[in-house]
Amino acid sequence: MKILVTAKRVTDPNAKIKLKSDKSGIQTDGLEYKPNPFCENAIEEALRLNETHGGEVVVVSIGPSDVQATIRTALAMGAHRGILVTGLDDHQMDSDLVARVFAELYKRERPDLFLLGKQAIDGDSNQVGQLLAEYLEIGQACFASKVEIHGSEAIVTREVDGGLEKIAVGMPAVITADLRLNEPRYASLPGIVKARKKSIDEIDIRSLGIDTHLKVETVAYEEPKTRGGGVTFVGGVDELVGKLKSEAKAI
Amino acid sequence: MDFEAVDFWGLDAELSEEEIQIRNAVRAMVDREVLPIIGKCFEEGHFPMHVIPVVAEMGLLGANLHGYGCPGIGEVAYGLVMQELERGDSGIRSFVSVQGSLAMYPIYTFGSDEQRQKWLPGMAKGEIIGCFGLTEPDFGSNPAGMRTYAVKASDRWVITGNKMWITNGNIAQVAVIWAGTEDGFRGFIVPTDTPGFRARLVEHKFSLRASVTSELILDNVEVPLDAVLPGVVGLKGALACLSAARYGISWGVVGSAMAVYDEALRYAKERVQFSKPIAGYQLVQEKLVEMLTEISKAQLVNLRMGRMKERGLLRPHHISFAKRNNVAMARRTAQLGREILGANGIMYDYQVGRHLCNIETVYTYEGTHDIHTLVLGKEITKIAAFE
Ligand SMILES: Cc1cc2nc3c(=O)[nH]c(=O)nc-3n(C[C@H](O)[C@H](O)[C@H](O)COP(=O)(O)OP(=O)(O)OC[C@H]3O[C@@H](n4cnc5c(N)ncnc54)[C@H](O)[C@@H]3O)c2cc1C
Repeated sequence: MKILVTAKRVTDPNAKIKLKSDKSGIQTDGLEYKPNPFCENAIEEALRLNETHGGEVVVVSIGPSDVQATIRTALAMGAHRGILVTGLDDHQMDSDLVARVFAELYKRERPDLFLLGKQAIDGDSNQVGQLLAEYLEIGQACFASKVEIHGSEAIVTREVDGGLEKIAVGMPAVITADLRLNEPRYASLPGIVKARKKSIDEIDIRSLGIDTHLKVETVAYEEPKTRGGGVTFVGGVDELVGKLKSEAKAI
Repeated sequence: MDFEAVDFWGLDAELSEEEIQIRNAVRAMVDREVLPIIGKCFEEGHFPMHVIPVVAEMGLLGANLHGYGCPGIGEVAYGLVMQELERGDSGIRSFVSVQGSLAMYPIYTFGSDEQRQKWLPGMAKGEIIGCFGLTEPDFGSNPAGMRTYAVKASDRWVITGNKMWITNGNIAQVAVIWAGTEDGFRGFIVPTDTPGFRARLVEHKFSLRASVTSELILDNVEVPLDAVLPGVVGLKGALACLSAARYGISWGVVGSAMAVYDEALRYAKERVQFSKPIAGYQLVQEKLVEMLTEISKAQLVNLRMGRMKERGLLRPHHISFAKRNNVAMARRTAQLGREILGANGIMYDYQVGRHLCNIETVYTYEGTHDIHTLVLGKEITKIAAFE
């Protein structure tokens, strides 16, 4: 079984993000990146499926050459090789373009499964998996918390509002990983040493022959409003209700 | 909140992508497996056994050795592993140091090929735990005085003596025991289930509580002739092991100090006294600056030391410098960090108190601070001041 799986890098969620002075984006100088946690779940699942069913796990990502480091982490966990589509900076993409790039890679690689994180924790768009399945006209199972392979079908338990849903999708299919799907393994030292010798193909986006214009236009970035100080409340219920009405305008 | 490491001088730029990856993998493991439970382990005084298969699986046992199931990573990468482990706890780092540098390393360096084949793969997998018996109740800084003695009979060695303060003693399946013989000091590979071998737990410690410390009692322990390490005679064998372990300690304590600094800095920014965060007062800033400065200097020493080790240029007095300087730095950092946390600094909910207690052991074992002073003094003056 051949699996394509994504490894997106995201800004360290604990880092203090600063906006560029013209609000066109965030300042990326010296910013630390981490693998998107949902991608890590997808990678772990790909590796586990590979351990039972054999085949190949190919890690794909998009971005500047230093995104190789993110792919390399997945190779260290045990994936076999990587593909990095270069020529786009992190902010020159929207979910739609990402899905179209992945669709192109799908056509070249013809995997049985395309595994992705359900969303990236920076943009939180939660669209790529769904768009990709649509472009490829194949089945999708998003928010997976369990994946089993039975013959030519993937049996996927999905986390939906208010419970779990179990569905069967014919392969090839797109599956996006939710947090409870698994506990990603640590890259081992031998794995890291071996990963150095695994190949990562860089493909220039222009050679994919796809339209790179964005469907989403970013107008401006704003910092969230800083929270005002709390109000100490000492009086009775009437005063509280009064304040909620007149000052907080909450009721 | 994620740990933020000190990198004032941008030393990450001097590390390879692989070294950074190795460091980050161990850092993530420590975040998930060690930090959530280590305060409780320390308080209850037990070593978290569940960490053994995790670190073994990651290839951290004997990580800088080649072959026999060991990954053979570079010396700087190995140092970074030690740093990250001790960022969790000195007890965890001690476990890995003893297994790799004090038990596996002598078998690897001075053992026969059969001995290496027999022991190292299982030790790398964490299925066989090792310990290292050099110190005795009456001989610490001066191991040359040791009383443990091995007599050679026609078909076996018979070893008798007591070893004290032995890390991993009660959980080990194999002990590397140093003993006097007719020809000088020798190392022996002794399975701990050999009749006459006993390990007694050292309890009531206030330091390195999340680590097993034992007394070993060897009462006419008989081992076959091929239990002796053939590659070395004399104390230099044991000293080579100590050099390997001290190298790791010098890196490890920087992890301890970074954990303390990170916690103290966060606390100082959040804790408001009088009219503002305590980080805004000059006296607190001075402590933070002192910590940052000394940690950064120790990092520079480590990186240079590691690159020298990789090129085969490192000499024992360099390691004495690093062990002496870095451990004293971590000890002072722990004190300053604890001061900044006020009353909270004595609680297990925070890390500083645990590091403060642990570092007392690290200050003493593997050559006390003062003994390394004398080693360096001898190096400078060519006059030994030990006796
Ligand atoms: C938790 C823990 C784990 C340990 N694990 C191991 C282990 O796994 N294997 C092992 O073999 N050992 C182990 N040790 C033992 C450790 O290496 C010794 O404690 C250390 O070598 C010091 O010996 P000592 O405690 O007998 O102190 P002593 O040698 O009695 O020293 C006491 C004091 O006298 C000073 N001193 C001694 N000689 C001189 C001198 N000539 N000039 C000036 N000052 C001097 C010392 O610096 C020190 O301050 C461990 C110790 C601890 C606490």
